[in-house]
Amino acid sequence: MAYTEHELEQELKDKEYEYGFYTDIESDTLPPGLNEDIVIAISKRKNEPDWMTEWRLEAYRHWKTMAEPNWANVGYEKPDYQNISYYSAPNKKPKYESLDEVDPELLDTFNKLGISLDEQKKLAGVAVDVVMDSVSVATTFKKNLAEKGIIFCSISEAISEHPELVKKYIGSVVPPKDNFFAALNSAVFSDGSFCYIPKGVRCPMELSTYFRINQAGTGQFERTLVIAEESSYVSYLEGCTAPMRDENQLHAAVVELVALDNAEIKYSTVQNWFPGNKEGKGGVFNFVTKRGLCEKNAKISWTQVETGSAVTWKYPSCVLKGDNSVGEFYSIAVTNNFQQADTGTKMVHLGKNTKSTIISKGISAGQSQNSYRGLVQVNKRAENARNFSQCDSLLMGNKCGAHTFPYIEAKNKTAQIEHEATTSKIGEDQIFYCNQRGIDTEKAIALIVNGFSKEVLNKLPMEFAVEAQKLLEISLEGSVG
Amino acid sequence: MSLKDKLISSFLAFEENIDLENDIHTQRDSAIKYFENTGFPTKKDEAWKYTSLNSILKEDYSIFPKKEFALDYKDVKKYFIHDIDTYTIVFVDGIYSSHLSSTTHDKFDACLMSSALNKAKYKSIIDTYFNKATPEDSLVSLNTAFTREGAYIRVPKNVAAEKPVQIINFSTGSETALMVQPRNLIIAEDGSQLQIIERHQSLTDNAVLTNSVTEVFVGKNANVDYYKIQNDKTSASLIDSTYVKQDRDSVASVHTFSLGGKLTRNNLNFYQNGENINSILKGVTILEDKQHVDHNTLVHHQQPNCESHQDYKGIFSDKSVGVFNGKVYVDKIAQKTDAYQSNNNILIDDTSTCNSKPQLEIFADDVKCSHGCTIGQLDNEALYYLQTRGIPYKEARALLMFAFANNVLDSVKIPEIKKRITKQIALKIGVELGFDL
Repeated sequence: MAYTEHELEQELKDKEYEYGFYTDIESDTLPPGLNEDIVIAISKRKNEPDWMTEWRLEAYRHWKTMAEPNWANVGYEKPDYQNISYYSAPNKKPKYESLDEVDPELLDTFNKLGISLDEQKKLAGVAVDVVMDSVSVATTFKKNLAEKGIIFCSISEAISEHPELVKKYIGSVVPPKDNFFAALNSAVFSDGSFCYIPKGVRCPMELSTYFRINQAGTGQFERTLVIAEESSYVSYLEGCTAPMRDENQLHAAVVELVALDNAEIKYSTVQNWFPGNKEGKGGVFNFVTKRGLCEKNAKISWTQVETGSAVTWKYPSCVLKGDNSVGEFYSIAVTNNFQQADTGTKMVHLGKNTKSTIISKGISAGQSQNSYRGLVQVNKRAENARNFSQCDSLLMGNKCGAHTFPYIEAKNKTAQIEHEATTSKIGEDQIFYCNQRGIDTEKAIALIVNGFSKEVLNKLPMEFAVEAQKLLEISLEGSVG
Repeated sequence: MSLKDKLISSFLAFEENIDLENDIHTQRDSAIKYFENTGFPTKKDEAWKYTSLNSILKEDYSIFPKKEFALDYKDVKKYFIHDIDTYTIVFVDGIYSSHLSSTTHDKFDACLMSSALNKAKYKSIIDTYFNKATPEDSLVSLNTAFTREGAYIRVPKNVAAEKPVQIINFSTGSETALMVQPRNLIIAEDGSQLQIIERHQSLTDNAVLTNSVTEVFVGKNANVDYYKIQNDKTSASLIDSTYVKQDRDSVASVHTFSLGGKLTRNNLNFYQNGENINSILKGVTILEDKQHVDHNTLVHHQQPNCESHQDYKGIFSDKSVGVFNGKVYVDKIAQKTDAYQSNNNILIDDTSTCNSKPQLEIFADDVKCSHGCTIGQLDNEALYYLQTRGIPYKEARALLMFAFANNVLDSVKIPEIKKRITKQIALKIGVELGFDL
């Protein structure tokens, strides 16, 4: 039977969130609300040193003076920041040495995700720092990494064990006063990951974390800090799914990357939080600040597959400070039903001979709105800066929207900047061509969407590509074969 | 007193001064109120992100020119496109200059806004068209509040205007600082044709601020071709807002040549109200010496099967700033839209800046929308190639710059304008090309 675009649309609409389950682990939750006492309480609970408490308080005081921004092309009901519980930690908190000790319920959760720790362990060298509701409960392969001098732990552990590193770098790329959500995060971040690669070390495995928002009504505020010393290399993966919840959950993370001279950081994200049901009810608010700093000859590469969240507001950026540094951004953003995404990147060229590449693919279906917003800035001293940007949008159905807001600013005559954007739908002729050759419409659409996103999917590390494919399937089921 | 306060307090005096019938009084009233509430735009407004009006608003502008200033034709002849026969509507310091103008009421009307506003026979037209294409905007409101003079052109059904119409605004500097607010209304009825050339020219080094608003209505099957020549002194600033409303099967094109002026802001909006409409927006910008030009365009596709083409080229040197902020908006029902937007820029040196923000907002799925934007420099290899063939460096550069700007000049339909712009560009680059493009 012929599979029409209309049927696809219908199927997309009816598609429910497959991963909507909820792990029943007792949590130790602070009462909702935000004031200096709460900030101090979070800091106390995590046994942080005084300088950290003070740092949080300063961020909080500044946050109080800031207004929530509203320039993004998204509409949503602003969360009541006094009605959110800012801390929730799993109660049973033993330090696991092996998987056997891990709460079976937790393991079950990951089994449902199809990415069990067992499997992960067997798979070629993926160390998983599992963040379950803000506090790290399991860290594997730590010993392996420690031999190389690599520090990979939760940020709270890093604060107590490597304060000199944290003190030096935290807030150096995303200052606490950077924006509303970064300030909020700086004040109340509960946990996150910390990664330090020493000089000249090539991290032998892909480092990865899985974030889950698990406790109803608790926003999750992770803080990730990745430091790559001179001539080192690390590939970092981050992936997330969240259980189905009716009320909106706020997620305001901060990710900071520091790539010193000749270092390379590859940061990949697969995001599949609950996008809300097909009436647009519920879903996660994803307001994330991600930024990387490149010193001389350094390279930072962001790859993201965004399929979830009701509202996404996220611009992984690169500050190309050192000469010859390289920034890359590869993104697929899929929106369906009532999802809204305003995502893109910022490439700030400061050093000479800096290069940046932006490839952004947006797919909108249902009644969703998908925006690309990007900044390419070439400063006066950035001789021979080079940028190439390409933003393609694919529209499925005529109830959705695709928007492009590129900002291009050049102050140096040697700058070479190219920006291209296209918007299209899947052509009837393309489908007809496939049909002629015996490929049915469903497969044809799958083929075309796959081809459309291939440039970005190719950039994902092997371990992630499988999952990314899976997430695309969920978001646009019936279209990916 | 800030300029805003001065304008608001002058408004009452202005209303008393002019012997208008108060037909548009309520419009003026609500317009000044709107302006009072919003004030001048600042860099915090997204549409004004890259352009600050602060430097031009601090002058103490006189809002009503004190006396009429007579100009001799031979002194200002060079500012006219004089080698072809045209109708001309000339204003000196915002006041109509009858001896420099040649208006008509023959086959079509090319006359004055003041008479259109005052005479009873135009009342129905003013009611239908005046202030109907403009969006809510503080600068437009300011202009509406102070509307008194400007060009009024109306081409009746199925008439082709036999000559182009030139609208020229001179400022003479009889005041130390002058603010003028011309208001033009252009109506091309169904099946008509019209060509317009518009120019703002200051004759002194005294500061001039022009806040001009033009409404253009293009009827079914009509064709309007509009040329804006902006080559003013570095003491003169221009805020030009042009709103074009098109009916089905019509074609409208606006060419903007920004070659000078202290600060120039072009708000150019097209609204497509029918099917099979074609809108063409083209511009060449060549700047130096701290000049600032901001092109802010919008094409709103409201109906299916329409086209729009935007092509803006910029060459910037010596502390100049170029801004392009283009927007294509495609409504849900505007299927089969074909919209193209291109912005190419060359930075000659490191003191100049270029900011570009080409935007697409698309709500229909069966469309072909694309945009491209580049910032770069002249191709060194092409330059070398020309030099090896005996073309001196300077001429070779000029040639390449011409080539760069050429496809905008290509679509200019009046040869004299093309010739003149070519000359002006050559003059700017400082070479004798020895041929016409």
